[in-house]
Amino acid sequence: MLMRIKQYSVLPGFGLTLGYTLTYLSLIVLLPLSALFIRCFSASPSELWQILTEPRVLASYRLTFGTSLLAATINLVFGFVVAWSLVRYRFPGRRLIDAMVDVPFALPTAVSGIALTALYSKNGWIGGLLEPIGIRVAFTPLGITLALTFIGLPFVVRTLQPALEDLDGETEEAAASLGATRWQTFWRVILPTVLPALLTGFALSFARALGEYGSVVFISGNMPMKTEIASLLIVTKLEQYDVTGASAIAVVMLLMSFLILFSINGLQWWVSRSQRKAG
Amino acid sequence: MSICVKNISKTFGSYHALKNVNLEVEDGELIALLGPSGSGKTTLLRIIAGLEIADDDGRGEIHFRGQNVAHQRVGERQVGFVFQHYALFKHMSVIENIAFGLRVRPQETRPSKSEILRKANELLRLIQLEGYGNRFPAQLSGGQRQRVALARALAIEPRVLLLDEPFGALDAKVRQGLRSWLRRLHNELKMTTILVTHDQEEALEVADRVVVMNQATIEQVGTPAEVFHSPASEFVMDFLGNVNVFRGRVEQGRAVWGNGTVDVPNLMSRISGQANVYIRPHELKLSRSLNGSAGVAARVNRINPAGSYAKVVVTPKDGADIQVDLPFEQFLELNLQCGDEVYVTPQKIRVFSPEYEI
Repeated sequence: MLMRIKQYSVLPGFGLTLGYTLTYLSLIVLLPLSALFIRCFSASPSELWQILTEPRVLASYRLTFGTSLLAATINLVFGFVVAWSLVRYRFPGRRLIDAMVDVPFALPTAVSGIALTALYSKNGWIGGLLEPIGIRVAFTPLGITLALTFIGLPFVVRTLQPALEDLDGETEEAAASLGATRWQTFWRVILPTVLPALLTGFALSFARALGEYGSVVFISGNMPMKTEIASLLIVTKLEQYDVTGASAIAVVMLLMSFLILFSINGLQWWVSRSQRKAG
Repeated sequence: MSICVKNISKTFGSYHALKNVNLEVEDGELIALLGPSGSGKTTLLRIIAGLEIADDDGRGEIHFRGQNVAHQRVGERQVGFVFQHYALFKHMSVIENIAFGLRVRPQETRPSKSEILRKANELLRLIQLEGYGNRFPAQLSGGQRQRVALARALAIEPRVLLLDEPFGALDAKVRQGLRSWLRRLHNELKMTTILVTHDQEEALEVADRVVVMNQATIEQVGTPAEVFHSPASEFVMDFLGNVNVFRGRVEQGRAVWGNGTVDVPNLMSRISGQANVYIRPHELKLSRSLNGSAGVAARVNRINPAGSYAKVVVTPKDGADIQVDLPFEQFLELNLQCGDEVYVTPQKIRVFSPEYEI
């Protein structure tokens, strides 16, 4: 079987590299994950059920997945606009703006959390303006969404940029010459072509938001049932030496993230099937 | 008059892509814009299509059947445009690609779904790709893709068909096939067509008339025979087919170059002075002896007998190499070998002096 997979190449080393890959992935990824599962299932099913259906836990799941989904969706739209203008137009300062997209990547998450909280709290620059008209950002789900949007933006922009650069202007000109309006050209020609990249960006941004901790804990205020995200709840449980409870919550997070990423991948495969059908 | 282009200029920054170009295309004609890259031929085509806007100097006009379309957008001009690299919609099947132009029409002018499908299938038959309707562009060969692109352009029933180097990305054999197919298709549809190409063979073979362009202007417009046999300028002479060029002089009806002096019966000039002498390789004769006629002595340098005629390169004493295309029978008759001494006699020459053609 292995012999059939093996292909001739000028650089030998298939056995060595595959062996290394499997060992490495097992040590780095699989081992900790299995430890998590083992730890979690040291509790009986009824105990697990009790932990997981606690209202505080359920509320944290709702909050985490809800805000992550919302943030990823916002990034989908505005990340597209940012990527589009960076790829399509040449303007002074373009390279600077292009570099700025990476700031959420590079910034320690705690720093961005503190910065956002300082801006949006009641006496911050923006928070001070929004408070009088009845919009509270810091210490609400809105604030969490904001932080998650901030940290997720580069994922959408960076995955979309190469796809947009690959678009050839001629396809759009062809659509226009066939009588398509600008909107039809965008909707029927451009969007379907970059949809796989768009979905990848969305999935990455969403996955990042699900696991985000540092930037959220400052701006969320961490009120149980209201603004407590799942990651924080795990930390809280750990601090109370409730390892089983923490790993149970973690396993559910893990499974749900897997499920969502899997379906996004499936969707992506389905969308790009025509492009990959190279003859 | 199907298309009439008047006083069109186009600049990109300080670069002149077109300088005051005028062109008239007859109804149902297939016309080829021929020129080297950078000659402005593609820019002219794109301006006719509306993909590029001509300089707004108040003089430029573009008429389709008498209607000024200079200010219409590309979608309103009803042109079928075919790109060099096909520009097919990769995520759509062949049939969806062809139907695109009909599907994006506003509701009031859009045909019914079944009508669109019927029409797309009809076009699929026309481009001889029946049964390929559900394939995606990535599953087709280059030639098939370009035929799909053509069908897609024809679906909107364009007033004019514009082809931008349509066979440029294909290999020689496919290009040859598509070329004659296009000509047959044109004879059938009689649609006004403008074809851009840098391949002189393609232009001469396919087009009713050829427009030779160079450096943002039109050098000559004429039938393939006209531009080939009576080129209006040195550039046209040089660009259409191989040619031997000699820097020489004209003296009393004789062309003089290097150590060769040749009487030219059809040279009616009495002007003396600097001139460039152009002789096509097939318009030279080689012989073993002079037999009284004028000729230049030369030594056979290279022989390439692969082809429909033998390509022979001869070198006169203290002169540049001369290319001669010999009919094969003549080549065998002469029994040429490298190093042989021969005489070169021009059958027909053209002389261009720097100011004008003589």
